[in-house]
Amino acid sequence: MKIVLNGELREVAATTLSALLDECDFTGRVATAVNEDFIPATLRGSHALQDGDRVEIVSPMQGG
Amino acid sequence: MASFYGTTLPNPLMLGTAQYPSPAILERAFRESGAGVATVSLRREGAGRAGQAFWQMVQDLGVLTLPNTAGCHTVKEAVTTAHMAREVFDTTWIKLELIGHTDSLQPDVFGLVEAARILSEDGFQVFPYTTEDLIIGERLLDAGCEVLMPWGAPIGSGRGLNNEYALRVMRAEFPDVPLVVDAGIGLPSHAAHAMELGFDAVLLNTAVARAGDPVAMARAMMGAIEAGKLAHDADPIEARDMAEASTPVIGKAFLT
Repeated sequence: MKIVLNGELREVAATTLSALLDECDFTGRVATAVNEDFIPATLRGSHALQDGDRVEIVSPMQGG
Repeated sequence: MASFYGTTLPNPLMLGTAQYPSPAILERAFRESGAGVATVSLRREGAGRAGQAFWQMVQDLGVLTLPNTAGCHTVKEAVTTAHMAREVFDTTWIKLELIGHTDSLQPDVFGLVEAARILSEDGFQVFPYTTEDLIIGERLLDAGCEVLMPWGAPIGSGRGLNNEYALRVMRAEFPDVPLVVDAGIGLPSHAAHAMELGFDAVLLNTAVARAGDPVAMARAMMGAIEAGKLAHDADPIEARDMAEASTPVIGKAFLT
């Protein structure tokens, strides 16, 4: 299916959020949101992705 | 030292982690100044996985971490970002920034109060980046905040304390609330000024990170903050309009 991952259109095989993280090789400390809603790490495995979903994966960054 | 949600800071310098010439200089600025709190943020994780390396460096510094919601313009965006930050940084502290004006980065104080209430009810310990407005300060406290962080001047402007009178009044109005001047500091004298007014801490970033020598400037800021705090605790004299001789007149030789 096609999703928008961090602003970029991607064709992915994953059907859940946790599978997407594995498929795209995201490791370490990240947080996720789908269609602007926060998805806690504990719910990633059961969160089914839909075609056209907007997925945000963020990590620590410098800030003021 | 004031207690920030039950935590006593090692010292009153909260230092940002953005805009340094290199990670090595950022690390030295923290180590040589002794700043005890690092503000951090969240951004999209890119292909280089830079976020993980940055997080490891911050952890190695051994400082307290204060994540922010920088760049958020709506309540929903700020609340979602706070939730993401809580999970990534494993802390309930959140520096709540909700920007209302693009050029001045002035907080949207109406949305700020709403977001602060939502987050406080959800167990966050909110550090709201606000203006010096007293009524907004009261509303933020009503919403569950136990710390207020009024701006000194717009973020990154280096103008110092634009409204000293209002900050002084704020200190008097909220004697038991930990107050932090957040944003606008350009010089160590500005930071000292905030501490002389009785503020409990100073949060700054650009003034150090963009200085020609960030490490030296970080040390200068810490020195100024310590001097300002010491001066405030020492109960300074009141300013007066006319001179008052400091050398005793009694016993002076009669020579005319």
